[in-house]
Amino acid sequence: MGAAATLQNAPSREFLEKLFRTAYKIRVFESEGIKLYRQGLIRGYFHPYLGQEGIATGVCAALSEGDYIASTHRGHGHCIAWGADVRKMVAELLQKETGYCRGYGGSMHIADISKGNLGANGIVGAGTPLGVGAALANQVKGSDAVTVTFSTDGASNNGTFLESLNLAAIWNLNYILVVENNQYAVSTRIEESTRETDLYKRGLAIGVESHQVDGNDPLAVHAVMEQAVATCRAGKGPVLIEAKTYRHMGHHVNDPGKYMPEDELAYYKARDPVDRARAALKEMAGVSDEDIAAIEAEIAAEFADAVEFSKNSPEVTPESFREFAVGY
Amino acid sequence: MATRELMYREALREAIDEEMAANPTVFIIGEGIAERGGSYKVTEGLLAKYGPKRVRDTPIAEAGMIGVGVGAAIAGARPIVEILYVDFAMLGMDMIVNQAAKFRLMTGGDGRVPFIMRTQGGTGGGVAAQHSQSLEALFYHIPGLRVVMPSTPADAKGLLKYALRQEDPVMFLEHKHLYMTKGPVPDGEHVVPFGVGDIKREGSDVTVIAWSNMIPRTLEAAEALAAEGINVEVIDPRTLVPLDRDMIIRSVLKTRRCVIVQEANRRGGVASDIASIIQEECFYEMDAPVEIVAGMDIPVPFNLTLEKASVPQKEDVVAAVKRVLHLQSLAAAAE
Repeated sequence: MGAAATLQNAPSREFLEKLFRTAYKIRVFESEGIKLYRQGLIRGYFHPYLGQEGIATGVCAALSEGDYIASTHRGHGHCIAWGADVRKMVAELLQKETGYCRGYGGSMHIADISKGNLGANGIVGAGTPLGVGAALANQVKGSDAVTVTFSTDGASNNGTFLESLNLAAIWNLNYILVVENNQYAVSTRIEESTRETDLYKRGLAIGVESHQVDGNDPLAVHAVMEQAVATCRAGKGPVLIEAKTYRHMGHHVNDPGKYMPEDELAYYKARDPVDRARAALKEMAGVSDEDIAAIEAEIAAEFADAVEFSKNSPEVTPESFREFAVGY
Repeated sequence: MATRELMYREALREAIDEEMAANPTVFIIGEGIAERGGSYKVTEGLLAKYGPKRVRDTPIAEAGMIGVGVGAAIAGARPIVEILYVDFAMLGMDMIVNQAAKFRLMTGGDGRVPFIMRTQGGTGGGVAAQHSQSLEALFYHIPGLRVVMPSTPADAKGLLKYALRQEDPVMFLEHKHLYMTKGPVPDGEHVVPFGVGDIKREGSDVTVIAWSNMIPRTLEAAEALAAEGINVEVIDPRTLVPLDRDMIIRSVLKTRRCVIVQEANRRGGVASDIASIIQEECFYEMDAPVEIVAGMDIPVPFNLTLEKASVPQKEDVVAAVKRVLHLQSLAAAAE
C-alpha cells in the first residue's frame, strides 16, 4: 500500500491531452467563476477547487459511461471532470432556468442523475452513504458499474464515513472512496482534527484495500484509480484512495485563508496539478507551446460562451416555482 | 369483495413479497431482518424466497443504513430500510431531512428518491423513553417527505404497496401495538393511494380524527358513546402527508364538532396543524371549538401506570367528545 503504482505503458497523446483539457477547464471555470462572483453575478456560496484539479481529473479518466460519482460542497471540478455541460453549470450558478437544477440548487447541489452524477452536497460527509447506496443499487441490479464518492479529510471524522465504508466492505460493493486530503476542514488543520493524519489507514482498519497518492499528480491519481476500478470490477471492492493535496485559497470565495502558512502554500503551488498536466502533455507527448495555447484558448472560449448563454437565459419565475410546489 | 383475516405484520409481509416478486429493484435491509425475519416478524421467509442480495442484515449503523437506502433510491432502486424503532431513526436525520427530502427540489425536479423507511413507534409495555416515541410531527414538518401511518392490516398492505410504486421518500410509521392485531384484507391486488383518508365508522354527532394505534382506541370510545346515544364518526387520514383535507372538511361540516386524537405529545403536533386547517375552513359552521386529545408534553416514563397516564386513553376520548357536545355544561345548566 502507500505509493501509487507506476504506469506500465507510456500514455498516449490523446490521453494526456484529455487530462490536461480537464484540469485546465476546471482551472478556468473556478478562476473565471470567482471573477463573476466578485462582479456580483454569482451569489451564495462558491467553494473553489483550485489546487485540487489533479484528483477529479485523474479519477474520472479511469471511469466509464454507466459509472457513478457523488461529490462534495467543493464540487465544480468533479462535475467538469465527469463531462458536465459547462453552459448548464454556469447557468445554474447564475440562478437560471437553463441550469442543471433550474436554479433551484446552486453551486452546492449540481447533479445530473441521467449521467450518474449523484450530485454535489452541502452536508460534509453525506456523499459517502449516498455513493455506497448507488453501489448497492447496482449490485442488486446485477450491474458491474463502479461508484466513486469524492470525500474529504473533513468528512473522515464524521460517523457516516466509517458506517458507509463498512457497509461497502461487508457487501463487497463496487465502490471507491476518494478522500481528498487538502489538510483543512474549513480552517481547522488536520493535525487538530485527528491523531492519525494518514487517512488511508482508516480503510485498512476495517479490511478495505487502501492507497495513498499524490493528489497533485493527475497521472499518479489515474494510475491508482485504474487499479482500484479493476479491483472493483473483479468483485473485490471496495477500495479507499487518499489523495494528498492543498487548496490554493481559503475554504470559500470569501475566506482569505490567512491561516494557511505561506511556505506551505508555496510548496504546493510549485506542484500545481494543472502545470503538471501541461508539462506531461508537452514533455511526454511532445506537444508544442502553440498547440497548448490553442487548447487553452478553446477552453477559455467555451467558458465565455457559457457565460453569454447564461446571461441570455430566461429567469426563473415565482409562477413556475409555485407550479413545481404543488403536491409537496 | 372477498377478504381474509390477516395480522398487520402478515399484511405488511404480503405487500413486500408481492412487490419484490413484481419488481427486481425492490430490496430490504435492516437489523436482524434476514435469517431472523425481523423483530416483528414482518420479513419472515423473504430471505429464503429472494436471497441474500435482496434481503440483507446490517450492522447497527442507522445513519449509514438510511443513507445507503437514500443513495440506492437516487440511483434507481427501490430500497426498504427497516429501522427497529422510530427513536433510532434520529441517528439518520441528516439523510432523511437534508438529503432524501430535498433532493427533488435541489435537482430542479429531475432527481427522485423512492426510498422507504419502515419503522414503528408509540408506547407499549414499558419500553421507556427511548423506545416509545410518536415522532410523526418531525417528519410532517419537513417538505418533501411522505408520512404514512396505517391503523389496520388492509391499510398497511395497500399503503406499503403504493409506497413501493411512487417516487418520493416515505416515512412508513407502523405501531408496535398493531403488529399482532387482525383484520380483513381484500383478496388479490390491493393498493391504497396516498392522500385518501378512510371513514372507519360513520356517524353524525361528532367527528373524531385519529391515526395509527389511536384508531382502535377511538373506535372503542365510539362504541361506549353509542351506548349513550352519541353517534361518533371516526375518520383516519391514513397518510398525514399528503393529507386528505377534503375528507376532514366534509366530515366536520356535517357534524359541526371535532375531536383530534394523537398519541404524540401535544406541543407542535400534527393535531394542532389539522385543527388550524379546520378553523380556517369550517369556523363559521362549527358548534364547538376543536378539542385535541394528545400525549403529555414530557418524555414517556417506564412505569406502566405513568406510561398509560402520559398518552390518550379511551376515557379521555369519551370525555372530549362530551365536551364538544357541551354535555357537561348542559347538565350543569339543568341542575
